[in-house]
Amino acid sequence: MSTLLMNISLFALLVATLLAISRLRALYEATMLTALAGLLSASLFVSMDALDVAITEAAVGSGISTVLFLGVLALTRSREAVTPRRRLWSGAAVAVLLGATLLYAGQDLPPFADPGTPVQTHPVTETYLHDSQKEIGIPNTVTAVLASYRGYDTLGELVVIFTAGVTIPLLLMRTKRRAERSAKRDALLSEYLVLRVASKILLPFVFIFAFYILFHGDYGPGGGFQAGVIFASGFVLYGLVFGVKRVERVMPWPVMLALVPVGVLLYAGVGVLNMALGGSFLDYGTLVPDHPKDGEHYGILLIETGVGITVAAVLIAIFYSFTTRGASR
Amino acid sequence: MTISLILDVVTGALLLGGCVLVISGGVGLLRFPDFYSRTHAASLTDTAGAGLVILGLLLQADGPESVIRLVLIMFFMMLTGPTAAHALAQAARRDGERAVLDGRAAEGPADGPAADGPAADDEGRP
Repeated sequence: MSTLLMNISLFALLVATLLAISRLRALYEATMLTALAGLLSASLFVSMDALDVAITEAAVGSGISTVLFLGVLALTRSREAVTPRRRLWSGAAVAVLLGATLLYAGQDLPPFADPGTPVQTHPVTETYLHDSQKEIGIPNTVTAVLASYRGYDTLGELVVIFTAGVTIPLLLMRTKRRAERSAKRDALLSEYLVLRVASKILLPFVFIFAFYILFHGDYGPGGGFQAGVIFASGFVLYGLVFGVKRVERVMPWPVMLALVPVGVLLYAGVGVLNMALGGSFLDYGTLVPDHPKDGEHYGILLIETGVGITVAAVLIAIFYSFTTRGASR
Repeated sequence: MTISLILDVVTGALLLGGCVLVISGGVGLLRFPDFYSRTHAASLTDTAGAGLVILGLLLQADGPESVIRLVLIMFFMMLTGPTAAHALAQAARRDGERAVLDGRAAEGPADGPAADGPAADDEGRP
């Protein structure tokens, strides 16, 4: 009963937030509400027991993406341009058509919390939930599925992130740069003593939490992706308060660009190493021939680290390229 | 027996105080006239209100794990809440947002901000 109440109120808040976003013309406010929508979806995922997804949504949806939106807004105007009324019709038609299609497609979805759905009754569910404990020995089934049973998929996702990390800096770096503006803005925030001290106190905790999420992913919710996002958010916090130039002293631009492919190579390299050891691609059991379970552990830890490195480097690279666009480099 | 009763009573009082502060923070957010007082009301919710609630829960914690988690949550809320409110107020002051004093808008750029901020940095730049 209380779960139902919680779901209903969270959904109501989510719908209200989305309606407010669609009505707002001031983009800063809309960005803040987007962060709120991310947080609400994260809460919904928690109430559905999908903790891994919840952490991702909280870190990405209400954390990093808000900062990136703000970075975009710093480059443009903060009010939406008003579309002439005659040009609204085509958009409205597309929206209505898309909504009708989605509603029609939604007829085929099983009811909310229906125990008879394919997700619940398919035999592979049983395999994942029970056999994974014997075969891989990791308490968190989500990590076992993502990193071991579906290692190919995760590698593919990592390549997608890698592509974004290569493309966005390429797109943004080739624009005209204005030297003055960014430097002045950088100097402003670090004048505030409270912000400086508070962010310096918070930073070590952010990094410790990132490493905790990374190394604890086998046992609890989390893993390389979430850890990478949290790690990057530490850099973003430092960059926001002290200016990107100070961050670049710790993590120079070339080093970071070099780190972007390192994670992908580490991931794929583990797979190739497995083939060299006589197994198939991403068959971690071959890493420790006598104890396949240990091999699985090490393999999963290695590829999660790879995921973390690439995700963190890509997000920091995107943050750099948004904030230093307009600065001289 | 008596000790647990006392603990329960103290917990109840702390939770009640926290609830009062959270609700009054929400009311203030809706009713206060200007940006600065509304920021104050909002930050009341997540520092004093949440702080009292967590203190109340601390007295009912059933082991060191819960205690450590609650203390960590309280630590981070005490650190981030006031900092966020401070950053908001500073940004608003830099943007020239004026405080409403005694129910009417303050005249002149220096009235509101200068009353509470002796900092040197608000004189040079607008």
